[in-house]
Amino acid sequence: MIEVRNLHKTFGEKHVLRGVNLAIQTGESITIIGQSGCGKSVLLKHLVGLLEPDAGEVVVDGERITGARRKNLYEIRKKFGVLFQGSALFDSMTVEENVSLALRTHTTMTAAQVSERVTECLRMVSMEGTQKLKPSELSGGMKKRVGLARAIAMQPAYILYDEPTTGLDPITADSINDLVIHLNHQLKVTTVVVTHDMVSAYKVSDRIVMLHGGEIIFSGTPQETQTTDMNIVRRFVTGEADEHPYVITRYK
Amino acid sequence: MASPPEQLVQQFGRRTIAFLIELARVAALMRRVISEIGGLFRDRGLFLQECVTLGTESLPLVLLVGIFTGAVTGWQAHYQLEGYMPFDLIGPGVWKSLMLELGPALTGLVIAGRVSASIAAEIGTMKVTEQVDALESMAISSVRYLAVPRIAAMTVMMPILVIQSVTIGMGGAAFVLTAIMGMSGHQFWGLIPNFFHLYDIFAGLFKSVFFGLSASIIGCYIGFRTEGGAEGVGAATITAFVWSCITILVLDFVLAIILF
Repeated sequence: MIEVRNLHKTFGEKHVLRGVNLAIQTGESITIIGQSGCGKSVLLKHLVGLLEPDAGEVVVDGERITGARRKNLYEIRKKFGVLFQGSALFDSMTVEENVSLALRTHTTMTAAQVSERVTECLRMVSMEGTQKLKPSELSGGMKKRVGLARAIAMQPAYILYDEPTTGLDPITADSINDLVIHLNHQLKVTTVVVTHDMVSAYKVSDRIVMLHGGEIIFSGTPQETQTTDMNIVRRFVTGEADEHPYVITRYK
Repeated sequence: MASPPEQLVQQFGRRTIAFLIELARVAALMRRVISEIGGLFRDRGLFLQECVTLGTESLPLVLLVGIFTGAVTGWQAHYQLEGYMPFDLIGPGVWKSLMLELGPALTGLVIAGRVSASIAAEIGTMKVTEQVDALESMAISSVRYLAVPRIAAMTVMMPILVIQSVTIGMGGAAFVLTAIMGMSGHQFWGLIPNFFHLYDIFAGLFKSVFFGLSASIIGCYIGFRTEGGAEGVGAATITAFVWSCITILVLDFVLAIILF
């Protein structure tokens, strides 16, 4: 279980998170939605201790991440797999080296066992046979899949997805959504997705929370986002701007 | 509203404080590098790879600088001593100049240009594309994985590069003085053993260790604090180059006072 308590974060003059409280249950698939620049990715990075809050704390399975000693922090991080927005594959390494890096660093597995695990992870994301390719030889969707294979290599308890479908065509995006659901069920992991893609949010989530103005303003099932009387949530999920300054004429 | 002189003082104060904060952060990175240096044996593959990338691949440039520095030093020494001192003193003079100052300082500046900037660009690109975050999220220390091998490699390789630079520099000087200026080999090399002190080699190499260390740590530090995409990486590259050169020049002066 991940608990976020009264989290505050400021960058310069910008107060991005203003007292975020959130509890993520084990096994849950939760999606954090919100407008671009509202602090979703900032919140996600706090969950794995990549950012240190100005105030508040993050607790993972009863252990405080905030202010933890580096050694303890790294132990907690081993429970996480993270898929970054741009995949963040290491350019200088092959697909195999990318996926196996954590295994080679943290385990005593033999080269053969590592290779077997890499193949298994790549098979799970339908990328078998790409071991020797460099990230520059992969398409955007393929990079996401390899990033996901890397994220699951250490068999994490939590997988965090930062905008998993951003920049992908609808069909590739849908296949990534299927993969998120598949891994959530197959690996029994807790899934946290940050996105503003509502198609993705509806497909993969047990629960959707909305971040707005630096706070969590809504938490509910995907169905509840459509029936809520909160105007801002309804407008966000239907993709409706709050004002229309331009008159648009369509010619038929 | 502060008067113009007061504004000037305030601005100077702000910049001084900002500089001291940066200095403290570099020191903090250095402290972390020292605390993680134990992992170097485990990461020896990365260390050796960096020795090749940062050291061996710098060799052609270092040798080019060395040979021309030696040649120019010999030529100018000949011009300066002509009519005042015996030419037999040119050899020891070139040797001392190259070993104590020109070898370490010029090699340091060349390396600062090539290596410090390339380290900043590499780590900076990894930072803005979240590869540094990816490493950290996998419980792999970015300092251990990215900074320690680079800093250790540069600290080890720099004295080796300086030895090579000085050696070829002596060759360059010997060539112009004997082949062009008409000195004999014995005239050039003859008195060098009389002026040869091991301390000179120690001092030159001691300086080069600090130059390698400072150029690489500045490259790493600036790489890690890079922000803002391609523009940020470009700025980081230039900043790393400029600060490495400044640091080497200042260190050269400080070490000269300490050593001599």
